[in-house]
Amino acid sequence: MDIEKGSQIGGIMLTAVEIKDLSLSRGERVLFQGLSLRLSAGEAVALTGANGAGKTSLLRAVAGFIRPDSGAITFGGADDEALDSEAARRDGVHLLGHLEGLKPTRTARQEFEFQTDWLGGAGAAREAAIARLALTPLLDLETRKLSAGQKRRLSLARLVAAPRALWLLDEPLAPLDERWRAVAAELMAAHLASGGMILAAVHDPLPVPARALDLGGLS
Amino acid sequence: MRAVRVLFGRELSLAWGGGGGPLLACGFMLCLTAILPLAAGGDPRVLAPAASGASWMALALASLLSLERLFERDLEDGALDLLALGPLPLEATVAIKALAQWLATGLPLALTAPVAALALGQPVHLIGLTALAAAIGGLGFAFTGALGAALALGARRGGLLIAVVVLPLFIPPVVFGAGALTRAANAQDPLSALALLAAYVLFAIVIAPVAGAAAIRNAQG
Repeated sequence: MDIEKGSQIGGIMLTAVEIKDLSLSRGERVLFQGLSLRLSAGEAVALTGANGAGKTSLLRAVAGFIRPDSGAITFGGADDEALDSEAARRDGVHLLGHLEGLKPTRTARQEFEFQTDWLGGAGAAREAAIARLALTPLLDLETRKLSAGQKRRLSLARLVAAPRALWLLDEPLAPLDERWRAVAAELMAAHLASGGMILAAVHDPLPVPARALDLGGLS
Repeated sequence: MRAVRVLFGRELSLAWGGGGGPLLACGFMLCLTAILPLAAGGDPRVLAPAASGASWMALALASLLSLERLFERDLEDGALDLLALGPLPLEATVAIKALAQWLATGLPLALTAPVAALALGQPVHLIGLTALAAAIGGLGFAFTGALGAALALGARRGGLLIAVVVLPLFIPPVVFGAGALTRAANAQDPLSALALLAAYVLFAIVIAPVAGAAAIRNAQG
């Protein structure tokens, strides 16, 4: 793939994620041991595995929410210098999980504007995201009135409106219909083409060229 | 800074939107105040000496009401992940949330406190001091309350747990705040008690964000 290695996305130059010898457990149960993975600019990795294999936990570990039992997750910047992981996560990482983080009584506009402002989105990118995901008719609704697919579109818009290099996606396409799956695929492809990275937990194949990493089943 | 303003605005909007939380807390405080004369008899000679203390107890209990909203909802709907990936360290996020809690709930309660105290027979000239002490104490309630709310995260139905964790932490400000009013009512200088109250509040402002952020990280993992 033809990638500009030097392009910066968002507030920080984040061009690589290195997972080395990672072991994770939840409670008493060991999810996986000795997992290594390197993700560099323009690459996508699709995590597969049975329910409970640790896909979501791995994403949350990369986001910094779960402390690994052993091993390390490091972030690399320009010329592969190591970045401070807190700064990398603060400016370089999007997490799109099962939960969309929307307050039921606030309007979609209020929530979208808060999320993008908070994550460092800018005005023009925000307008573009609203147009791309056709959010205009939804913005004045309270978020409790949105369907699961509409909520997911709002979250995808957040990824576009506040550019960050690493997208951690947990079943990103699950609630979307055909039309919006195609749009999501285009957004992912554009993100990769501009030098972004995607680490996604999926059951269906990712709609962009991706390496597969199987976490296996329940041991 | 932009991020501070953005988060502060969201917290205020959440506190005021959807159910008018602060008004609820003020109403709750007045209800508690109204129950005391019914329980202890309406004799002003009984009520007046207890007015300061009773109004502070009502203030402490009313300050508990919206604490569950502070972090629990954000944890349940995933917004806490978003907050953690934002531009501010979690400690600052906790501090901003506590400050917004004070502004949205603490200050309206501080304005209600003189009404409650007056209704129970507190001398009229203590109105200003009552509101001032309640405003300072409310800041302490907001920060210790935020700490308790963070500690109770992850325990299902954490609301009651918050009350049990937080109420012991509310005792010092209640002692100092009600003490200041009692001293003033007895024509003594209330400044020493107010200073102790302010010292406790400063202590809470320093400790709560750090400890609260640690508790949140633990609940997120």
